[in-house]
Amino acid sequence: MEAVIAIAMGIMFGAGVWLLLRPRTFQVITGLLLVSYAVNLFIFIMGRLTLNRPPLTLAEGTIDPALYADPMPQALVLTAIVIGFATTALYLVVMIGARGLTGTDHVDGKETH
Amino acid sequence: MSLSWVQHLILAPILVPLIVGAGLVLINERHHQRKFLINLAATLSMLGTAVALLLLTDQEHWPSGIGVYLSANWAAPFGVVLLVDRLTAVMLLLSSVLASASLIFAMTRWSRIGVHFHSLFQFLMMGINGAFLTNDLFNLFVFFEVMLAASYGLVLHGYNTTRIRAGMQYIVVNLLASFFFLIGVALIYATAGTLNMTDLAGRLEGLNPEDLVLLKIGVVILALAFLTKSAMWPLGFWLPTTYSAASPPVAAMMVLMTKIGVYVLIRLWLLLFSEGPAAGFGFDLLLVGGLATLAFGTIGILASQEPGRMAGYAAVISSGTLLAAVGYGEPALINVALFYMISSTIAVAAFLLLIELVERIRVPGAAMLALTMEAFGLEDKPGEPVGKAIPGALAFLGLAFACCALIITGLPPLSGFIAKFGLFHTLLNAGPAGTGIDLTTWVMIVLVVLSGLAGIVSLMRFGVRTFWAAQNPVAPHLQRSEVMPITALLLVCVLLTAQAGPTLAYLERSAEPLSQPALYLERLEASQAVGDSMTEAAL
Repeated sequence: MEAVIAIAMGIMFGAGVWLLLRPRTFQVITGLLLVSYAVNLFIFIMGRLTLNRPPLTLAEGTIDPALYADPMPQALVLTAIVIGFATTALYLVVMIGARGLTGTDHVDGKETH
Repeated sequence: MSLSWVQHLILAPILVPLIVGAGLVLINERHHQRKFLINLAATLSMLGTAVALLLLTDQEHWPSGIGVYLSANWAAPFGVVLLVDRLTAVMLLLSSVLASASLIFAMTRWSRIGVHFHSLFQFLMMGINGAFLTNDLFNLFVFFEVMLAASYGLVLHGYNTTRIRAGMQYIVVNLLASFFFLIGVALIYATAGTLNMTDLAGRLEGLNPEDLVLLKIGVVILALAFLTKSAMWPLGFWLPTTYSAASPPVAAMMVLMTKIGVYVLIRLWLLLFSEGPAAGFGFDLLLVGGLATLAFGTIGILASQEPGRMAGYAAVISSGTLLAAVGYGEPALINVALFYMISSTIAVAAFLLLIELVERIRVPGAAMLALTMEAFGLEDKPGEPVGKAIPGALAFLGLAFACCALIITGLPPLSGFIAKFGLFHTLLNAGPAGTGIDLTTWVMIVLVVLSGLAGIVSLMRFGVRTFWAAQNPVAPHLQRSEVMPITALLLVCVLLTAQAGPTLAYLERSAEPLSQPALYLERLEASQAVGDSMTEAAL
């Protein structure tokens, strides 16, 4: 399972980086999204991959941590998703503004011929 | 049992801008004056808080001058811990001084060219203050994002094509840097199981070698984000373009944001890698990177015609010097480096504010003309031999420009000189007595001197062209609210020069505990949640 997830993240990150280096703003924002998915997945699995284990408990006394998933990365990834989503949306606004002001969707604001 | 109000003072620099910023959104843009006054009151209250924290930490109100605030009353290291020590206090003071100056400068003109300037300004302050105060890596990420999101809005403030072009690159670079930040934080948590910086330093000892390697990789990826912020070569190409495109008060605040990257690096690196199993890790990289940045800034400032870009490269040079000083790995160098950081930040910020006033002298197209003159080797026409008396406005601009130039390039008699002199003095006395001075030290000294020289050449070229060679300079109309903040910032530099002894002594006291994680660990363990029955019963 580790290998599958690692390869999936690698492909997603690689595709994202490739898109980030492209000259059109739409490609850049797609690249940013792919990179952010890969990163979020990375944070999530840093609590180790487990199956069928709840992250929280209300049990009294001491519990056996081996029976539970680590809740911390799950909390972190939620925050990261929200922040990443907000900043990417902000970039989208700037992108539309740039398209309107410069008349092109090239990242430099002008076409290169 | 409840907390004293002094304890809550640690939270104030974050809470005040949050509430004021949110409140300002609700006030209609028509009430400029009211919004400005509220903003100013909040910023001045932050200045007051910073001074209070400075005094409290220095008088050891808290043991070892380290104040710990457990946010939401969670026991350390499980909750987010805010931590104030002498270094934090001095950075908070620097940020509120710069903020007050930029805000007053923006009063008459810049805050009115777009909407929500005042709210964004307060949110920027919240992010900056939070980044200084927090002792938790993930919380640091959150404050970085608050700061960046506000800065995206402020860079685009007064929406035009140049700003939007610069803004697009600035946003993408910083978004990508934030993703690296997250990867680094996740790796650190995966290996050490904690996000609290102090706790992390305490856990390094118990890590097995494989985990330690992974942790180092995590810290390096994390550092990429800070190095992008502090514009280390080759991560800093965004900086000059963004600085020259942003409106002057915003650009002045961005000078401070560059220094936050350096601040976090100083704190994290000295805490984690001063002693223990990973001692000395990564210092060489910071040194080499800093020197490369210094060289890049030197070439850049020589090549710039436009004053905004000059200021940008001056900030790159100052970042490079700082990174190299941290990477040099000599504890005695840190306090001089901090002095240099304070003096150069204030000077570059004052310079960025000044440029806008100076530009009013130059007729449109003057910059283009200057370029052409250079290219074709045209001589200026000799001017009239008998000139009119210099009007007051021109005298102020000339004098302020000269002061900024002296501090930025490190010429006597102002604070820039003291900083560089101290730097060289410490570097030359660094090695064990009797041994020669090694190659790295020489390279660093030569590069710092060269960067100063390049700064002099570049700034003199600009100054001569603007003040002496300009045909019929028209004394611009300067508002009091525009002259005052620049004068105040330069007076701070004069004060730093006059009070260099006490300032350096204070900075030495603030630099000293940075490389002693044990002190911080002790304070962290001693801090207790309020009204915690279990802890109280155990005592």
